[in-house]
Amino acid sequence: MAPSPVRPRGRGGYWLFLIPSFVLFTVVIVVPFVMNVATSFTRWSGVGTPTWIGLDNYTKLFKDERFWTSFEHNAALIVAMAVVPTVIGLVLSAALFDYIGKKFGSRTASALRAAYYLPQVLPVAVAGVVWNWMLHPSYGAVNAIFGTKVNWLGDPDLALATVMAIMVWFQLGYPVVIFMAGLQRADPALHEAAEIDGASWWRRFWHITIPQIRPEIFVVLLTCTIAALKVFGPIFVLTRGGPGNATMVPSYFSYLNFFEKANVGYGSAIATVLALIIVVVTFLFLRVQERDS
Amino acid sequence: MSAERPVRAPGRWAVLAALALLAVVMLSPFLIVTLNAFKSPAEYSSGGPLSLPKGLYLDGIIDFWNRVDFGEKLWNSLLISGAVAIGAVVLSVLNAYALGIGRVRGRLWILVLFLVANTLPQESLVYPLYYLSKQVGLYDSKLAVILIFTVIQAAFGTYLLSSVLGQFPREILEAASIDGAGKWRALSRIVVPISRPTLSVLLIFFFIWTWNEFFLPLIFLISNDNQTVPVALGVLQGEKMMDATMSSASALLGIVPAVAFFLIFQRTLTRGVTVGAIK
Repeated sequence: MAPSPVRPRGRGGYWLFLIPSFVLFTVVIVVPFVMNVATSFTRWSGVGTPTWIGLDNYTKLFKDERFWTSFEHNAALIVAMAVVPTVIGLVLSAALFDYIGKKFGSRTASALRAAYYLPQVLPVAVAGVVWNWMLHPSYGAVNAIFGTKVNWLGDPDLALATVMAIMVWFQLGYPVVIFMAGLQRADPALHEAAEIDGASWWRRFWHITIPQIRPEIFVVLLTCTIAALKVFGPIFVLTRGGPGNATMVPSYFSYLNFFEKANVGYGSAIATVLALIIVVVTFLFLRVQERDS
Repeated sequence: MSAERPVRAPGRWAVLAALALLAVVMLSPFLIVTLNAFKSPAEYSSGGPLSLPKGLYLDGIIDFWNRVDFGEKLWNSLLISGAVAIGAVVLSVLNAYALGIGRVRGRLWILVLFLVANTLPQESLVYPLYYLSKQVGLYDSKLAVILIFTVIQAAFGTYLLSSVLGQFPREILEAASIDGAGKWRALSRIVVPISRPTLSVLLIFFFIWTWNEFFLPLIFLISNDNQTVPVALGVLQGEKMMDATMSSASALLGIVPAVAFFLIFQRTLTRGVTVGAIK
């Protein structure tokens, strides 16, 4: 980085302002992260001295079926938390913005937007408490509504799909709000010209609306994908990874190893791999976005 | 296209009806939880989850409130989230002042570091943090959670605020420096007051994000009198004492503060929600 040519008097010394953060960051993030990576090369129960075992945790990890299953579930949750909400969110925000907003007034549009957004304001653990209650096999409201007797979260064939559905409910409002804000920024002239030219609503949606809010789509996909990779609260509250391993995810898998099985070294290896994946995904997204703009 | 021009009244009402139906589906869990939180267990077992309550039965909510000392949980959440919000804004301002206005050397790398810190999963920090906090006697204390989240939120705040302060009008600062104002004075008398709107958005976001956190508070706040609202509710559900109506009462008590914050801060939030999108 070239030093800026003009340096007015008294410009130096700003780094002093970074000292508090430097200290706190070292203690809260840098040291723990390095310790975690170091621990991943050891066998350790959390007490006593860790035994150095080199890459054993990682070789074991790559052969561990639970580990791979947990990442498959992560992929499913990326679909439920990033892909599906983005796709539905695009259609909804476009419909609200240039159909409902124009034909029924912007008040109707914002009321509907607020309704879609409301689940997003809940702490995700509270959302889990709500759905646990709604889906309770004996007294839950969902079975009462549909007249069924299904154990939504307790049936290994259904549990993951149920969690996915809950996460779609939880996430949907976020893309709707972001995309509507993006549409407000977009230039309406293009749309009007296309409408005069006789382009159908779908054509305009595909060729005008979507390209205009590309940056917002990127941001939503990135943040939701990261959230899906990190997901812990809903799994803890709804299923604890079960039944069996039906909803096991890496974050919960590492938690189990840390705090219930006292396999701290193994847990650290899982957490390190997860961190690596998230950082790589973030940089890939930012790369693509940079190239795009 | 001629079909487009004439107003197709049934068509537009159908679109509205579909969107309204979706809104009902999205809101139904809130409605059903509220409905059942005000029923007596007997009413629930006879009428099921979808009947309207016959009166306002408050015992379920009061019972749950007293059993878990919900007031204390609210206070813990308020204290932790409030302290984190203030601390993280202060740290973010200090960092962003050095990076955005001071343009210290290597600022790009420092920013990348903050960005990485912000995206790291808490799982990759949790065990060492747990271990270290036990060593220094901060385990199971609100202070440990406050410190950790102050740093995590400040990582995001720094990232955001640095680019905002990077566009701070230079002339004002130069004028102040000619008048003999030092860096501290320029920060406290000029930069902070002028950036107040952005800072208040950050403050609210940090507060709500910390309120909603679950993973680290679950691990660090194990004793009852330290727990936050989400942790208490998440841990308690499924317990034997929780019958159907009390469970819905507990869910309602989790929903109410979150919705209240949303309503109180709505204006600031809708202005800032695109800001939050970068997180």
